[in-house]
Amino acid sequence: MSHIDVSVALEAAAPEAHHHLVTRRTGAVVRSVIERQIAKLAEGSVAVLDFSQIGVLDRSCADEFVAKLVLPMTSERPSRESYVVLVGVNEGHLDAIEAVLETHGLALVVRFDDGVTHLVGTVSQAERQLWDCVMTRAGAAVDEAAEAVGLALEEAQSTLETLVRRRLLRRLDDAFAPLGAPA
Amino acid sequence: MTAVLTVPASLDEAQFESVIEQLAAVPADAKVLVDARHCRFATPYGLTALLCLAQSRAERPDFAPPEDEQTLSYWARAQFFRYAEELYTIRGTVPRRAASGDSDVLLELTPVNGNDDVQGIVRRIQEKAQQILNATLDLEPRSTMGFSMTLSEAASNIIEHAGRGGWVMVQRYNWSKRRVGRDVVQIAVCDAGMGFRASLEGSRARALADRWDDQTALEAAVIQGVSRFADPGRGQGIKGMRGWVHRIDGKLTVRSGTARIAPIIPDWDEDVPLQGGLPAFPGAQINVIIPRRMARP
Repeated sequence: MSHIDVSVALEAAAPEAHHHLVTRRTGAVVRSVIERQIAKLAEGSVAVLDFSQIGVLDRSCADEFVAKLVLPMTSERPSRESYVVLVGVNEGHLDAIEAVLETHGLALVVRFDDGVTHLVGTVSQAERQLWDCVMTRAGAAVDEAAEAVGLALEEAQSTLETLVRRRLLRRLDDAFAPLGAPA
Repeated sequence: MTAVLTVPASLDEAQFESVIEQLAAVPADAKVLVDARHCRFATPYGLTALLCLAQSRAERPDFAPPEDEQTLSYWARAQFFRYAEELYTIRGTVPRRAASGDSDVLLELTPVNGNDDVQGIVRRIQEKAQQILNATLDLEPRSTMGFSMTLSEAASNIIEHAGRGGWVMVQRYNWSKRRVGRDVVQIAVCDAGMGFRASLEGSRARALADRWDDQTALEAAVIQGVSRFADPGRGQGIKGMRGWVHRIDGKLTVRSGTARIAPIIPDWDEDVPLQGGLPAFPGAQINVIIPRRMARP
């Protein structure tokens, strides 16, 4: 996992912003800085984006930065395998992030300050159940997860694959692992 | 011949309509004198809109400032004359760039011309007015960020869509004697740019509309979150503002061209949800009123 302090990226991209992620233009320049940082990471790495030093985050900026950062990673044919986890997110940030993720039908893994990790954004009930199952067990095989949540094997397999494509879980040989688990 | 536009004694959002009505009767290229001599009270909406009025004229208008000393002093502290001098020919003398020591002016009249201005506005509100906002409105931390977000989105609307600069101002009031019965903070964000109808001219909403006017455009932008960009992520700013204002029992109105919309009308006020056929005024004028949080039972 590679830690990226969003406030450092913001300072580099837009020093006049003073820790506030507002306006589309600011979101776009910060995204391009972070995209470059992620591109330097090894294939399959998890980038932990730390918002703890960020003040205000408005929706326009969240759309330009967070949603547009994640969209290409979750496309049918992404150029590389990258994962993102958000940390240091407060309630104000969450309002904006959740709204923009839902607009695009996206979801992200967010680890809150109390250490609890949640899926934020658009997820189906089956996706959430399976994701929770994999998180609780720190990894699970398809049959194990299917039995735990009471889904048919094929449905569980397909949903878990979707979670991997959406960059919310990782594939570990024949099993599925939470983001952050050893690859 | 110079046309005289009389500014009412109390210049708020509703009363500014009387100025617009007078303006509508004047040819676009006519010289105007904005006569504020008898004005004794102006809200952020009134002051920002007066600057937009000057911006919208082909010929530099004249301005007669308020005669009342206290009013004159307040307008100076709000930095009105600093920008009015660039747009109007001021008849008479006005106080020179008085420093704002007025704790009720949370953000003096501030121009919005670009990205840096929006960042500066948010920075100033976060640094200087945070304590006042908490004390005045009793907002929870989450809602305090919503305040800055609303300010930022409204100001961003100017740089994204207006095609020219505008102004923002934030002021608190004690409205204990009015129907709302508590302290409020007003945010006004006004520009004299192209307005919602022109901004959405190339949008899908325009292409699909049977009828296309300021009212339809305003409804599309404010209620349906339509943007001139095809990107589905666009149009979220106003949607976010609307959601936050509703959550904190506030009021939001937007005027553009010949239409005005009040998508959030709280119980403590009355208004018309959507109006068309008003006298034309260029650009977009956004007014947000945020009352102090009611004590929980």
